Amino acid sequence: MPLYEHVFLARQDLSQAQVDALAAAATEIIETNSGKVTKTETWGLKNLAYKIKRNRKAHFVLLNVDAPAGVIAELERQTSINEDVIRYMTIRVDEHESGPSVQMRKSDRERRGRREREEA
Amino acid sequence: MSRAFFRRRKSCPFSGKNAPKIDYKDIRLLQGFMSERGKIVPSRITAVSAKKQRELSQAIKRARHLGLLPYLVK
Repeated sequence: MPLYEHVFLARQDLSQAQVDALAAAATEIIETNSGKVTKTETWGLKNLAYKIKRNRKAHFVLLNVDAPAGVIAELERQTSINEDVIRYMTIRVDEHESGPSVQMRKSDRERRGRREREEA
Repeated sequence: MSRAFFRRRKSCPFSGKNAPKIDYKDIRLLQGFMSERGKIVPSRITAVSAKKQRELSQAIKRARHLGLLPYLVK
C-alpha cells in the first residue's frame, strides 16, 4: 500500500481535546477501511503566515498513513466537509521519517545550537 | 575573460554527503532560500542544482499552502 503524509489545520478556538478527537476520527476512517496510521504528531497551536478563514493561528496535526488510494479519497472527502478543519494536505511519500519530524525537533535543535556556540 | 572576474563556482548546498533533506516541514531550511519579500530566490544566486531547485520550490509551495510560510511579506 502507498504511504502518505496527511496534515490538517484545525480552527484556533478549539481545545486540545477537540483537536485530538479530530485526529482520532481521521484515524478511525483509515483503520475501518483497511489502512494503517503509523504515527500521529500534534504540533500544537502555531502562528500562521497569513490569515486562513479569519484564523491567525491553527492547531497542526500530522498523520503518517499507510492505506490504499480509495481510503485517502474518502478521508479527504470527509475532512473537506468538516468546518473545524480549515485546511488539509495529503501527499504521497516514498518513505516515512522514522523519528519525530522537524517541527517536533525544532525546540531541541535551537537549544543544541546554542550549546555548540558556547563551547566554541 | 579577465582574471579579476573569475569566481570559483559554488557547489549545490543539497548535494554531497550530510546535505540537508528538502522537506516542506523544515521551515527554517526553506526560509534560507526565500527573499525578504517571501519570493523564492533563483538558483543562479543560491547555486542549487536544477533538480534540487525543483524539489525546493515544490516544498516551499507546500509549506505556503499550509500557512507555514508566507506567499508575500508586505
